[in-house]
Amino acid sequence: MNSLLSVRNLRVEIPVGAGLLKPVRGISLDLNKGETLCIVGESGCGKSLTSLALMGLLPKVARCSGDRLSFGGQDLLGLTERQMARLRGRAISMVFQEPMTSLNPAYTIGDQLIEGMIRHDGVSRAKARDRAIFLLEKVGITAAASRLSQFPHQLSGGLRQRVMIAMSLMCGPDLIIADEPTTALDVTIQAKILRMMKDLQAELGMAMVFITHDLGVVARIADRIAVMYAGIFVETGTARQIFDTPTHPYTKGLLSCLPVPGKTKLGARLGAVPGVVPALIGGVQGCGFASRCPLRQAACDIEPELSERGDGHSCRCVHDTPTLRKAEWATA
Amino acid sequence: MGDRMMAEPQDIALELSGVSKTYQISQGLFAASKPLRALDNISLQLRRGEVLGLVGESGCGKSTLAKVLLGLEKPTRGDVRIFDQPFGSHDRKWIARRIQPIFQDPYSSLNPRKSVREIITLPLRVHSVGKTSGWNDGVSRMLDLVGLPQRLIDANPSQMSGGQRQRVAIARALIMRPEVVICDEPTSALDVSVQSQILNLLMDLRDELGLTYLFISHNLAVVEHIASRVAVMYLGRVVEQGPAARIFETPKHPYAVALLDSILTPDPSMDVPDVDLDGNFPNPVDPPSGCTFHPRCASATSLCSRLRPEPVQQAPGFVTCHLHDPNQQKDMA
Repeated sequence: MNSLLSVRNLRVEIPVGAGLLKPVRGISLDLNKGETLCIVGESGCGKSLTSLALMGLLPKVARCSGDRLSFGGQDLLGLTERQMARLRGRAISMVFQEPMTSLNPAYTIGDQLIEGMIRHDGVSRAKARDRAIFLLEKVGITAAASRLSQFPHQLSGGLRQRVMIAMSLMCGPDLIIADEPTTALDVTIQAKILRMMKDLQAELGMAMVFITHDLGVVARIADRIAVMYAGIFVETGTARQIFDTPTHPYTKGLLSCLPVPGKTKLGARLGAVPGVVPALIGGVQGCGFASRCPLRQAACDIEPELSERGDGHSCRCVHDTPTLRKAEWATA
Repeated sequence: MGDRMMAEPQDIALELSGVSKTYQISQGLFAASKPLRALDNISLQLRRGEVLGLVGESGCGKSTLAKVLLGLEKPTRGDVRIFDQPFGSHDRKWIARRIQPIFQDPYSSLNPRKSVREIITLPLRVHSVGKTSGWNDGVSRMLDLVGLPQRLIDANPSQMSGGQRQRVAIARALIMRPEVVICDEPTSALDVSVQSQILNLLMDLRDELGLTYLFISHNLAVVEHIASRVAVMYLGRVVEQGPAARIFETPKHPYAVALLDSILTPDPSMDVPDVDLDGNFPNPVDPPSGCTFHPRCASATSLCSRLRPEPVQQAPGFVTCHLHDPNQQKDMA
């Protein structure tokens, strides 16, 4: 299979005062053209560093290694910074969480939109401007031409995020990496932006790595899901596999925490995942989730491999857990 | 409102009648300042023992309402009554013994230089409650109540996780034995696995201590889970209010409909909703004429841009929309 993005055993290590921090401890993924992979996990699980590693945007102190990181057949790990810069913003682009901090307040949005295209594709200003207007209209911004001369502070949060998405599309990328793109937005705006991203993706055929902690968002947009915990994927599968037949105790725990409109009863107790994430300095001994897991046993002292449960549904747990019911979490 | 008939005065913890709060916003050095109506003629009751959910998008006035109820802001117009007594006849301290807040971000709402013990006893110190010797007992009882281990009594917030910090904030609110707790986005800054624990704790405490909550949140799934009644705010007004079950089942106001359509339930068989909501949140300094929601409303008529709708009773509760006003319906037809 020829996947667009293929990652094997990607690791990120950061030397800190107390030792070697290992926030990403070997993740593997394959992403096909036009597909959406959601990486879901709680704060500190390493999902944002994973996205930065894919983009080659890690801070200088961080060390990134892996057995493979290829994009469209090209090995990204071997690229120089200059070669990577040529790829970034053109074939791979990124949408960040906070549109206010990722837009430059001193330049008009028009300047910021066309900058990348002029630099990457060497087109004229007028041509880039036309493309910018075309894309602003695509992302649902009215009076697009007049917006080009506005500064970021003159736009609302929802509009800024639309501008960021338009910007990521300027050079017609094959892959978009979106890190919590709707988390800072109101719910109605979130729904509109997600709808728009999904429609654009269907129309333009790009692949998407979507990083979020919001399981509601994940359920609605993902083709495939990777549940991340303590720097590794603990469960991967299609959206239906993860939500309908979750296998890893962490995935089950997370799902039991959510109040589901129309399903959980008013005021009924929600599930919980007690405890805290392990420190990732010097790595983790055994299963990273063991300290919070209700099914912990001696075998959990050895880190389990990600093993296939059929049909591309994989889980990293020594337990064969179809019998673990959600109810067991309610009392945890 | 129609609710008044259903609740006896002694059952009402807090009551707002026609409350408005206007801020003067500077438009620049030489321009005259303009009024911003953060709260516009709000009438609302908080009944003893209930959880009233207050929902709406950023900038709709939710937090200003919380500040008014905490006595941190004085309303420009209208009355606030607490346990059937006028708010204005009491000082801040009297109010603080009955109403306490829990804020959104436990990282910024706790003083990082103080220990848990100092943070939790601060309200006692401010109000000179009881003897200093009795405070330690009080603190340990509170730690038990909110599920924190006693060993954390001398810890600093910086040594604690987000969930533990929010438990400290809850303990600080409850040590005054308030009857009403204003929860302003209490779980928004927390991870899902921690959010569920805090929600469980808030529900347990309500049962145990007979608390009344005003629960402000933009997370509608959480509000549906915890609230018995819901008020939906838009641009400083309550556009719909009623029992939670009714509002989540059959919302009437077009804005409430759009808001509920936007809830993303974790169901992979469903697509991203196509929310029927035009345009952007208007500039609150320059609100639209008539019904302030009309520029975004798919069902707006010419009447909506001319005439400001008044609350129409929808027993039990109300909706502020011409479409649901039987008198205006005739005019429109």
